[in-house]
Amino acid sequence: MRKNLYNVGALFRGFSTTFSYIFKKKPTVEYPSVKKQHAPRFHGLHELRRYDDGKERCIGCELCAIACPANAITVIGAENAPEDRRSPGERYAASYEIDELRCIFCGLCEEACPTDAIVLTPRFEMADYRRGAFVYAKDRLLVPTEAGVGTAPDERPNGIPSDLGGVARAKDTVDITAGYEATNRGHILKKQRRGLAG
Amino acid sequence: MSIPIWLIVLIKAIVVLAVVITTFAYSMLFERKVMGWMQLRPGPNRVGPWGLMQPAADAVKMIFKEDLTPDTADPLIYRLAPFISLLCAMGAFAIIPFSANADGTLWAVGNVNAGILFVFALTSIGVYGISLAGWASGSKFPLLGSVRSTAQMISYELSMSMSVIGVLILTGSTALADIVNAQQRVWFIIPQIIGFVIYVITAVAETNRAPFDLVEAETELVGGFHTEYSGLRFGLFFIAEYLNMITVSCLATLLFLGGWNSPIPWLPSTGVMGLVWFLIKAGLFLFFYIWLRSTLPRFRYDRLMDFGWKVLFPVATLNLVITAVVVALMPSHA
Repeated sequence: MRKNLYNVGALFRGFSTTFSYIFKKKPTVEYPSVKKQHAPRFHGLHELRRYDDGKERCIGCELCAIACPANAITVIGAENAPEDRRSPGERYAASYEIDELRCIFCGLCEEACPTDAIVLTPRFEMADYRRGAFVYAKDRLLVPTEAGVGTAPDERPNGIPSDLGGVARAKDTVDITAGYEATNRGHILKKQRRGLAG
Repeated sequence: MSIPIWLIVLIKAIVVLAVVITTFAYSMLFERKVMGWMQLRPGPNRVGPWGLMQPAADAVKMIFKEDLTPDTADPLIYRLAPFISLLCAMGAFAIIPFSANADGTLWAVGNVNAGILFVFALTSIGVYGISLAGWASGSKFPLLGSVRSTAQMISYELSMSMSVIGVLILTGSTALADIVNAQQRVWFIIPQIIGFVIYVITAVAETNRAPFDLVEAETELVGGFHTEYSGLRFGLFFIAEYLNMITVSCLATLLFLGGWNSPIPWLPSTGVMGLVWFLIKAGLFLFFYIWLRSTLPRFRYDRLMDFGWKVLFPVATLNLVITAVVVALMPSHA
């Protein structure tokens, strides 16, 4: 009898819960019309950056291709011709292809790159009907000259944060700086190794 | 020249049908919206403002989908079954009075003396639609669904009738108009509160709605009796289910909630106002249905049977006996 009474109470609690939820704020983000802000180091579509003078940063060293755990990157390097220098170094990437269907967006290419040429941008809307369209060659990866030089992830919001303590916090917030701190660790470590970061 | 009676009835029928089908369309949207809100979602909102064109989009989708008939199905019965369900669901609206004028003229297609019996007869035949659909589909899940439906309907229809008989005893009539008129002073929900609770529970079971939707049971039976149905034929079952929901909501309003009688004594309860009261009450009942669906999980089948036979049926019988004794002892009441 007592158990049955308890059940009736549970019934009412259940009904009041569902009823009160009608008036709660809905967490739905209506995606195509509203876009959620990503963490600044969100790993999306790749980009090949340039130097300020318009030369390509990529020197065709293939370290990204070696680092890639998914074998998604194919680089064919070539010697720079003295009269038409594509990059400041001796070599440049004659062909640079990333198969975005193979890519796992881990960012190891970004880490491996000695010239910060390949970076992952926050762009993620790449859907297409053809599989072939997901193989991005230099024509789509390289920043067009009129669009500037491209931004490194650590330059995106507001410099390199010194505090790395926000990892746990960033998991459940969309706070842009916290997310930045959380996801930017690799880059900071890299800079520190090279003695660039303060 | 006077208008022939058949023409009046025809016009009335067409009007009621159009209104009922529209109500179906928007009760479906209403359900999806309310369920969405209760699950912290916004519900359908892409088609038209607040998703108001969603029913039209759904209808177009249903019509243009392929109408499949499995090889193992019995073609004639397989095709016939949705129509049985739908016709029975629609037929009930022929006699449901929605309001009345001050002179007693009913806002209904027809006024049948044995109104309540007519409705119960039709809904019972409606079970055939589901049972035959499952049987004729020629595969196992629909068959299981239809077997369940038959057993469930028999178990719960009994208690439902018992709960309604209490009201009939109090009224002394089976005409729905008489039942409503008998509630002008006090609604039958007060003397027949047990009957009302039983009616609500059995009505949910009768219409195969959660938490008694064992006939469909997506998680166990894929879709139960309508697993094999697609396109418009599935749509017909869908319409039938919602029409049945609306029917039992209307019946609950008529039998227990005072029909078109005003809940506030100084407000009129005839004509258009009566219709408003009726719609508010039936609407609240529909809301309760949706609320129930998003709150309670589905029953286990043996518990459903236990509950039906060992709890509802004895309580309904007891309620009936007590009502009968009380009415017999107080002749003035009858």
